[in-house]
Amino acid sequence: MSALLESLIELIRRASAELPDDVNAALVRSLEQEKKGTIAESALKIIERNIELAKRKSQPICQDTGSVIFYVDCPVGFDQIECEATAREAVKEATRKGFLRQNSVDSITGKNDGTNLGPGAPTVHFHQHRESTIEIRLILKGGGCENVGAQYSLPAESLHANRDLDGCRRVILDAVLQAQGRGCGPGILGVCIGGDRATGYEFSKQQFLRKLDDRNPDPKLDALEQDILKTANELGIGPMGFGGKTTLLGVKICAANRVPASFFVSISYMCWAYRRQGVVLTAGQTIGSWLY
Amino acid sequence: MISLTTPITEEAVRALKVGDEVQINGVIFTGRDAVHKYLHEGGELPPGVDLKGGIIYHCGPVMMKQADGSWNCTAAGPTTSIREEPYQAEIIGHFGVRGVIGKGGMGDRTLAGCKEHGCVYLHAIGGAAQVLAECVTRVRGVYFLEKFGSPEAIWELEVSEFPAVVTMDAHGESLHREVFAASEAALQSRL
Repeated sequence: MSALLESLIELIRRASAELPDDVNAALVRSLEQEKKGTIAESALKIIERNIELAKRKSQPICQDTGSVIFYVDCPVGFDQIECEATAREAVKEATRKGFLRQNSVDSITGKNDGTNLGPGAPTVHFHQHRESTIEIRLILKGGGCENVGAQYSLPAESLHANRDLDGCRRVILDAVLQAQGRGCGPGILGVCIGGDRATGYEFSKQQFLRKLDDRNPDPKLDALEQDILKTANELGIGPMGFGGKTTLLGVKICAANRVPASFFVSISYMCWAYRRQGVVLTAGQTIGSWLY
Repeated sequence: MISLTTPITEEAVRALKVGDEVQINGVIFTGRDAVHKYLHEGGELPPGVDLKGGIIYHCGPVMMKQADGSWNCTAAGPTTSIREEPYQAEIIGHFGVRGVIGKGGMGDRTLAGCKEHGCVYLHAIGGAAQVLAECVTRVRGVYFLEKFGSPEAIWELEVSEFPAVVTMDAHGESLHREVFAASEAALQSRL
């Protein structure tokens, strides 16, 4: 087995079984805030126990091990074809070991061949950089939260949402309202203002590579992130939609240019089982360090 | 905490109300998208599967086959239930189901079905695949494994102290409807 293959299997295992520290910390805070004796508190207690069990048993935090999305930052000259082939092999092996559920279905025939491989599965995004290092990040995104994502086209008359930041705020909060607890809240929003229908969603998902406690360098977007987080947590939707104080753990927003005719706001929702991990590889392609 | 043991009587179901926390013991059957569509189109349950007084669990577990041919359930949280809204009420009535476990809640048709036939919606904690897998004490069997694939198959599970919250009861009450209305009003005043 090549070093890269071993590294990628370990990346998948850890992503599936362990939540990053920033997500854990946010969940601990939300448990402290919920009113004692409520079903919201019960839900968060079960979530905490689940996180601990998954880590100890090295088994999936959630049985929906989701869409498998790799983001690779690599130097010029790096063999992307080889890397993608190895990523596919790693997914197949991780599935055999039970780190991933047999989770990939042929959309036309309905067949699930149990390998987790097929068109678009897994997805591997490459990005060249001028550094000599190879960084590979992985997001496992479950279907329940993916289904409550939404894309709005402004103006959205029924929501009184015009083509400005207030309009963006209105549609983002509408997405939170419509999602209720169905995306396994408390959730995290990744948002892209602008772009086209494809890049809007693509960039919204890339926001999930940010840590929960970072701040947006753009003051306008930072203010919008903080405002939406605060407002959403005043709506009383709560963990699992049971009612309660924590509806969202974080909001991350980016902007992309648009053509004059279009104004999309694309919102991806991530469940509390926010499976994000990453590694920096050594020259020998073993795991040098963890990114989260 | 209320203990529910399968098969469940109509009386026990009618005694439950929204907000009750329950622990489920006995035998439950998984069934999700493919199974609901199949049953709704008139498909028959395989021999050995009896839903009368029973519980359907919206779940696609991770199952590992052991050397002796038995199965070990290694992750088993609920999947989103609303996708079964077009089918659920009729399946409850036709097969005599007393409980549906899932997440996210269901709509008005299912709520009406619960009231008419005496059934409750039991909300499990989404994503809590390990805690809930620990409640599965034995995998008794699997049906439609070839036909629908592992996550969509019917798995017969023995469970002990499986935790859930009643969020839709047999009296027409729904926590989901309540929380939606309250959160919608809260949002209106913040726009």
